[in-house]
Amino acid sequence: MAGAIASGWASFAAMLLAGLVLMFGLPHVFDLFGLLQMTVFVAMAVLALSQGFIWGYGGIMSFGQSAFFGLGGYTYAVAVMNLGDSTGAVALAIALPAAFAALLGYFMFYGRISDAYVGVVTLTVTVILFNVFNSTAGDWYTIGNAPLGGFNGMPSVPPLNIPGHPDEPLDPGQLWYAAMGSLILVYVLLRGVLASRFGRVVVAIRENETRAMLLGYDPRLYKLLTFTLGGGIAGLAGCLFTNWGSFISPTAFSLAQSAQIIIFVLVGGLGTLLGPILGAVAIQYMVTLIGAQQKVDGNLIVGVVLIGFVLLVPQGVVPVVRNVLQRLFVRTPRGGTAPVASEARP
Amino acid sequence: MNADAVPLLEARGMTMRFGGVTAVNNVDFVLGEVELRCLIGPNGAGKSTFFKMLTGQLTPTAGTVRFRGEDITGAYPHQVARRGVGIKTQVPNVFDGLTVRENVFVAAARLHQARTARRIADETIEHVGLTRIAGRMVGQLAHGQRQWVEIAAVLAQEPDLLLLDEPAAGMNKEEVARTSELIREINKTKALIVVEHDMQFIRMIAKTVTVFNQGSILIEDDVHTVLSNQSVRDVYLGRQAA
Repeated sequence: MAGAIASGWASFAAMLLAGLVLMFGLPHVFDLFGLLQMTVFVAMAVLALSQGFIWGYGGIMSFGQSAFFGLGGYTYAVAVMNLGDSTGAVALAIALPAAFAALLGYFMFYGRISDAYVGVVTLTVTVILFNVFNSTAGDWYTIGNAPLGGFNGMPSVPPLNIPGHPDEPLDPGQLWYAAMGSLILVYVLLRGVLASRFGRVVVAIRENETRAMLLGYDPRLYKLLTFTLGGGIAGLAGCLFTNWGSFISPTAFSLAQSAQIIIFVLVGGLGTLLGPILGAVAIQYMVTLIGAQQKVDGNLIVGVVLIGFVLLVPQGVVPVVRNVLQRLFVRTPRGGTAPVASEARP
Repeated sequence: MNADAVPLLEARGMTMRFGGVTAVNNVDFVLGEVELRCLIGPNGAGKSTFFKMLTGQLTPTAGTVRFRGEDITGAYPHQVARRGVGIKTQVPNVFDGLTVRENVFVAAARLHQARTARRIADETIEHVGLTRIAGRMVGQLAHGQRQWVEIAAVLAQEPDLLLLDEPAAGMNKEEVARTSELIREINKTKALIVVEHDMQFIRMIAKTVTVFNQGSILIEDDVHTVLSNQSVRDVYLGRQAA
C-alpha cells in the first residue's frame, strides 16, 4: 500500500504542477481572445468534474447536472445584481444548487428509487427548470432589482470583483486566473475527498451496494452527500460560465447541455478526474472549430465522435492511455501494488 | 449456555411469504453467545431466506428477531450490521473493482480511523492467508479466493455473530479443510451460523445442527444424532446419495 500511496502523491503533485504551469503560462501564450476561450473551456471542465465525480465514483447517473449548472449561473446573476459585491454571490451560487441537490437527492435516495429512475428524475427536473426559466419574461419575474428575462436570459451581469471591493471588477484576463484557480481547487478537493475514508466508502458503494450495507454503511447517506457536493461544484461552474459571457439564459438548462456533460466524461474517461477535464476541453475546442465552418452541422460531428468513442474506446481516453503507459514503463510485481481506489476504474 | 441469560440471537415465529408461497413458516431459532450452529437442508428449504430475514435484507411477514434482547425485526441491513452481525452471502458480495486490501480496509473503516483500519485490514488478511494476493483486484480472483476475501471483510467488521452462507462452495479439498480450520478458530471468540451442503464439511465443524425442510425446522440436535436420524436421511441425505 505504501507504493500505491507514494504513486498517488506523485500523480497528484504532477497534476497540481501542470495546472499551475497552465494557469500562469497560458496568458503568455494566448492573446486575450484565446484566453477567453480557454476560460469557458475551464468552466466546462469544472462542470465535467462534477459529473465525473458523482457518476464515475459515486455511480450516480445524473442526466441533469445542467440543472445545478443553470441554477448556479442564475443565482450568481441575481445575487450580484442585488448585493453589488460578488463575494457573497459566488458563495450563494455554490450553496443554492448544493441545497437543491440535497433536497432532490433526499427524495431520490431515501425514496430508494432504482438507478434508472435517478436518471429519469434528474432529466425531468432539468426540463422543468428549462421551461420555468423560459417563461419568466416580463416585469413580474424580477427578484429584487434583477429581472430574469425569460428566454432572452439575463444580460450585463456584473463580473467578479476583488472580494469586498465592488468597485474593483476583474478584467477578462484576470477572470482566467479565477476560473483556472477554481478548477485547480475543485480538483484538489475531489482528490482529497477520494483519498479519505468517506471517498473509499463512496467508491465501495459504487462497486457493491449490498456489501457496503452489510458492512454497516448507509448507502443513502453517502449517495446524498456525493450528489450534494456534485451539485455545488456544478453551481460553481455555472457561476464561472455566467462571468465569462456576463450572461445567462435558459439554454444553460437545455437537454443539449446535459448531454454534452455526459459526453465530456465518456470521452475523457469514466472513473477518473483528469478524463472529464480533458474531455470537456477537447470537445469544447472541437465544437468551436466546427462552429467556424458551415459545411457540416456541428451537432452531427459531436454525435459521430460520441458514437465512435462508445464503440471503439468505451473506457475513454485517460484510462486507455494510462494502461498503455503502465504496460510500457511500470513492471508490477505479482501481488504488488495496484492503483489506489481513488483512481480505480469504473 | 446459561438458561437464564439473554440469548445472542432469538427468532420467534419467523414467517416469510412471497405471494402464495411460504418460504419460511413459523420458525423458532435460538443461538447462544459464542455458539457454532450449522444449518442444513435441501435446496429451497428456506435457509437463505431465513438468513436474509435475520440481516434485514428481507422484512419477515410475521415473527420477531431479537439480538441480545433488542428487537431488530424490520431494521435496515446497515443497522443490523452495526449491532454486530456480519454476513457472507451465498453468491459472494465483494467489491470487484477494488483490491483485496481495499475490500478489507473498507470493512474495518466503519469503526476505526484510517490508520487503525489499515492495521486491522493487514492483520485480518494475514490471518485469513491472503497476504500474497492482497494487491490483486478481487474481480480477477478465483471463486474460492473471493469467498475468503468476503470472509476476511466480514471478520474485519468485528462482528459478534457471523452468518456464513455456503462458505465452502466452489472450494477444493485443501481449501475446504483450511476454511473449516478458520471457522473453528473464529468460533473461539464469536458466534457463527453456517449454511452448508457439503456433509464432509459439516462433520468437520459442527456441534449442533438445525435441519430445515420445506420452510420449517425438521430437527435440531447434536451433529451425530442429526446425521443418523432417519427422517433427515430421507429428506436430504438419502436424496443426495441417490
